[in-house]
Amino acid sequence: MKVRYFPGCTLKNKAQDLDLFARKSALALGIEMEEIPMWQCCGGVFVSANDEVATKLSSIRALSDAEEHHSPLVTVCSACHNVIKQTNHQFNTDSAFRQKAVNYLASDTVYQGGAEIYHYLEMLRDLVGFDEIKKKVVKPLTGRKIAVYYGCLLLRPNSVMKMDDPENPQIFESLIRALGAESVYYPMRNECCGGYIALESKELAEKKSRSVYESAKSAGADTIVTACPLCRYNLLKNNSPLPVVYFTELLAEALGAKEDSNE
Amino acid sequence: MNNRQKQEEILRISGVNARKCMKCGKCSATCPAYDEMEYHPHEFVYMVETGDIDRLMASQSLYKCLSCFACVDRCPRGVQPFKLIEAVRLMNIRKQGNNHMTANDIPSILDDDMPQQAIVSAFRKYTK
Repeated sequence: MKVRYFPGCTLKNKAQDLDLFARKSALALGIEMEEIPMWQCCGGVFVSANDEVATKLSSIRALSDAEEHHSPLVTVCSACHNVIKQTNHQFNTDSAFRQKAVNYLASDTVYQGGAEIYHYLEMLRDLVGFDEIKKKVVKPLTGRKIAVYYGCLLLRPNSVMKMDDPENPQIFESLIRALGAESVYYPMRNECCGGYIALESKELAEKKSRSVYESAKSAGADTIVTACPLCRYNLLKNNSPLPVVYFTELLAEALGAKEDSNE
Repeated sequence: MNNRQKQEEILRISGVNARKCMKCGKCSATCPAYDEMEYHPHEFVYMVETGDIDRLMASQSLYKCLSCFACVDRCPRGVQPFKLIEAVRLMNIRKQGNNHMTANDIPSILDDDMPQQAIVSAFRKYTK
């Protein structure tokens, strides 16, 4: 199976592991991730104002590419996923915005609003299946106690993201169990790490990050797993006593794809 | 623009109906930036509803929102306080010279591990 892949700015720079292990794991699962040529940064956060147009055009270009190729659009970074999915929602529900965006783009191929957007986790659940993944695990992560960290952007706003129950999600936990590890429940798994406030107030970022890793630690976890480079940065920068790793790295490890040197 | 016009503009670009608010305070209770704010999410909604815009526009609280969408998802009335905060902030930074952060501020904040995502996100929220 082939999918169109939007990596985003951070996966090409500070979060190269997130990208590398996503590609390696996908190959091990029989999925070819075709990077969208000339993709542009999503902007990191969705601007909700309905008269904001220019900042959303990069997302629409990516959506249009996927529609043109009749392939699912896959993102790995939580932020890219959130921005692209919310932009698509606005495109399909706000006709004034849609018209302005189409006019701005003035492209030969007009986006029709039909792209199917999957976060990599959703790709694993819906296009591969956790049972299939379980069968392909060659190095089960037996004995590991993993705290999955959703943060904000994967789940909310739920009316648009529709990934899982926003207050009691299971998708990330199900993946961890399929890889043979124990998934540790902790209350702060879907609360905010502070996000970009790290630039504005290091104190607030520290307070928010600490409440997350302390919650995970007191629940008995040995590792925190995330899909978001900014979550990982905030937790580590603010002295998380637990290692914080990208979920694609654990996946590649369990699939035996981590040490492949084919890249 | 007078207060009334600003209120209309905020309601228009946010698409929020502030009158739906039943003042339960759940948005503020769940807000991760609550402690840092002068005016809290439920107060934002009330101030927009009553047209108390200038005080809101002058407040640093506009820049404390983390865009986590907790107030959006946990509001029992679907008010979406986040969208109001965003609209008020945009009214500010869309004015010439009103950026909350500039490119010159970045070098002193940067460190070797900071992901690009942090910088582009902050720029999108604080700068036009």
